[in-house]
Amino acid sequence: MDFEDTPELAAFRREARAWLDANAERRTDNLHMGMEGEAAHLEGKAWYKKKADAGFACLTWPKEYGGAGLTSLHDVVWAQEVQNYRTRDAQFVIGIGNCGPAIMHFAPEETRRELLPRMASAEDVWCQLFSEPSAGSDVAGLRTRAERDGDNWKLNGQKIWTSGALYSDFGVVLTRTDPTVSKYKGLTLFMIDMRQPGVEVRPIKQMDGGQHFNEVFFHDAVVPDHYRLGEVGGGWTGALTVLMSERLAISGVQPTGFPQFLDMVRSLELNGEPVANDPIVRDRLATWYSQYAGLQSANKRMITAVAKGGIAGAEASLGKLVGAVMNQEIANFCCQLFGQAGIIQEAQFSPQRAHFQDSVLFSPGVRLAGGTDEVMRNIIAEQVLGLPQEPRADKGMAFKDIPTGPS
Amino acid sequence: MNFEFSEDQLFIREQARNFLSQECSADVVRSVLDTDVAYHEPLWQKIVDLGWTAMALPEAHGGLGLGYLELCVVAQELGRALAPVPFSSSVYLASEAIKTWGSQAQQEHYLPRLAAGELIGTLAHSEGLGADAVASSVTGDVINGTKLPVPDGGSAHFALVTANDTDGELCLYLVDLQQDGVHRQTLQTLDPSRGHASITMHNATAQALGNGSVGAPALAELLDRAAVLLAFEQLGGCEAAMESGIAYTKERYAFGRPVASFQAIKHKFADMFVALELARANAYYGACALACDAPDLPLAAATARVSAGDAYYYISKENIQAHGGMGFTWEFDCHLYYRRAQLLSSTIGTQHQWKQHVATRLLQAA
Ligand SMILES: Cc1cc2nc3c(=O)[nH]c(=O)nc-3n(C[C@H](O)[C@H](O)[C@H](O)COP(=O)(O)OP(=O)(O)OC[C@H]3O[C@@H](n4cnc5c(N)ncnc54)[C@H](O)[C@@H]3O)c2cc1C
Repeated sequence: MDFEDTPELAAFRREARAWLDANAERRTDNLHMGMEGEAAHLEGKAWYKKKADAGFACLTWPKEYGGAGLTSLHDVVWAQEVQNYRTRDAQFVIGIGNCGPAIMHFAPEETRRELLPRMASAEDVWCQLFSEPSAGSDVAGLRTRAERDGDNWKLNGQKIWTSGALYSDFGVVLTRTDPTVSKYKGLTLFMIDMRQPGVEVRPIKQMDGGQHFNEVFFHDAVVPDHYRLGEVGGGWTGALTVLMSERLAISGVQPTGFPQFLDMVRSLELNGEPVANDPIVRDRLATWYSQYAGLQSANKRMITAVAKGGIAGAEASLGKLVGAVMNQEIANFCCQLFGQAGIIQEAQFSPQRAHFQDSVLFSPGVRLAGGTDEVMRNIIAEQVLGLPQEPRADKGMAFKDIPTGPS
Repeated sequence: MNFEFSEDQLFIREQARNFLSQECSADVVRSVLDTDVAYHEPLWQKIVDLGWTAMALPEAHGGLGLGYLELCVVAQELGRALAPVPFSSSVYLASEAIKTWGSQAQQEHYLPRLAAGELIGTLAHSEGLGADAVASSVTGDVINGTKLPVPDGGSAHFALVTANDTDGELCLYLVDLQQDGVHRQTLQTLDPSRGHASITMHNATAQALGNGSVGAPALAELLDRAAVLLAFEQLGGCEAAMESGIAYTKERYAFGRPVASFQAIKHKFADMFVALELARANAYYGACALACDAPDLPLAAATARVSAGDAYYYISKENIQAHGGMGFTWEFDCHLYYRRAQLLSSTIGTQHQWKQHVATRLLQAA
């Protein structure tokens, strides 16, 4: 057990730091970059292109797919270094983190060489089209149909909550190809070109006022058969790969609210007294730090296991569950701490440029996206601890016979 | 960066687990819990024979010269087995202090005997309700004062005692507990599987540890190291308690199905797992900092301690809940973990105190 870099990693760290110094601005706070929508999208694309040109994109991917052919430990070093700079490094995590691994695993070689390098440099941006109005936690209950049409497939139906769909060039889409078998067996996974007439994207306004996610409608949208990921009827396996990769990808970048909280505690005075002297603040600081530090170290353990050739298990759900809850609790605590002015959501009047007020309104979504808190607990209980499954009302039924609510 | 124990260390852990599952059954724990003995002598002797008391001591003084990481994995297993022996007092506290700050003569006298289990030592610091104010005092080599609770205070041969010198500075002293000026009285605590006593020193003889200026900073460092090791004991206890709850609820049926299939129970175990994994990760980080003597050991140790204490309390109480009425009986082992969780989150300082350390150290860090 040690904290040391190997000589190779130390050299990589120096190289990364030198490049970042030359190409990015150092951070002075832990606040988000501001700017939303198209401007943020374009700035993110420019950053990824720059990274890719310098060989720092998708470090663990093979070179022929646009990566750097390095190890997950290089990835960790990069993450440790890049967090000190103002970059949009995690902007396209859905495509690169979630979809990329499934494509690498299931797509034909030619398609991989065609699409992955463009994903790595963010020339193409990707989204993940799983959830539907009638299928979220129970995503295998989805209804979007894919039907064979010669060498192509034709898609009809609706997705919802698709993050970033408006700016996406491609998506990974889970569809139903056979409603007469059980729900997990009749699914097929595809890649889809989002820039076609049969795909219609409508932004949804979120409770915090933002518009990250969208509804996506398919009207005879066309997917060539070589964009299929895995077997016909084998979509659930592919979907699980995407979902597991998602948990792993977000476990490193999951917002916890802790760095901002610490910055606030270090710098803010209220009523002429540093808040750092408030015993309640100190108690919360210690509790949240022990969780935050635990997540960081748990992540290091997971990476150690991966570096030794193991696989990251359902334990990755830990970061999602703990981080999302902590994020909301910290935001709420801070708004209370600030007194009656805690409800003011304006950068000039609110500490940390209104980060905590923004988080009060955004954090509920973090507890839902990528699997809800409850679903994370089910996964831990059943897949990690081996507790018996819930009795299910749809077990053994053909998909078409499964009861649904009024809709 | 490498965040896992080595093959050799994991092997030691496995051997320790096998040994303790044979030699430290719940009956052994209960034989101390249910009677007036302060610790289980046959088990202690076997532990000594295995060399665990000698592990982290230098070879020059009869030790095995291994590192803290080996001690961490053993601590985890002792915690898992709820071992009713004075290991933490004698090894993490007394031996560590003498090894680090003792004079040459003190090291030569004490360390080989501690390694061989001939002497049991402990730390006597708390003086009753409240925080860590110390009223005990030393003039020349005469000590007066009362300490309680002292872990293993009834069975230890000597204690490392905190007291004020004539300048009012806190210093560490070695006090023979078998001398006439020392009166000891057994205390009943929340965890009778580990002996505790009060110690009254009336004009007893004390010897300064080391050169006589070993004081508050040394004490803090000693407690930081012990905090990491005790976090591993807590971790082991968490694992055992949770495993017992899982096994029980899988077998126990209600409403025609295993209790473990009810979501309220499953989510409880998921939350226990979360607490356990956070505690484990923090303990590993603490072990790493301890083994490399890293500058952030104080923060890492306090974090490991807070995290493990929170986890053990949560897991041991919810484990009783998951067992239903059986969990509330003397016969079931649930209360053994619950009691030990209470003890471990109070000895060497409470959760509350260690949370203050986390806050202070975090805010001091650059
Ligand atoms: C900000 C945001 C971004 C998102 N981005 C994407 C995206 O890019 N792509 C995508 O495909 N999806 C995305 N989603 C959708 C997200 O995955 C779903 O919202 C989520 O899985 C929950 O599904 P649902 O909304 O249908 O809620 P439901 O499944 O209807 O859940 C309602 C409630 O029931 C609980 N529940 C459901 N089943 C169980 C169970 N078995 N046990 C216990 N409780 C249960 C849930 O926890 C929840 O509290 C996003 C969501 C959000 C909020």
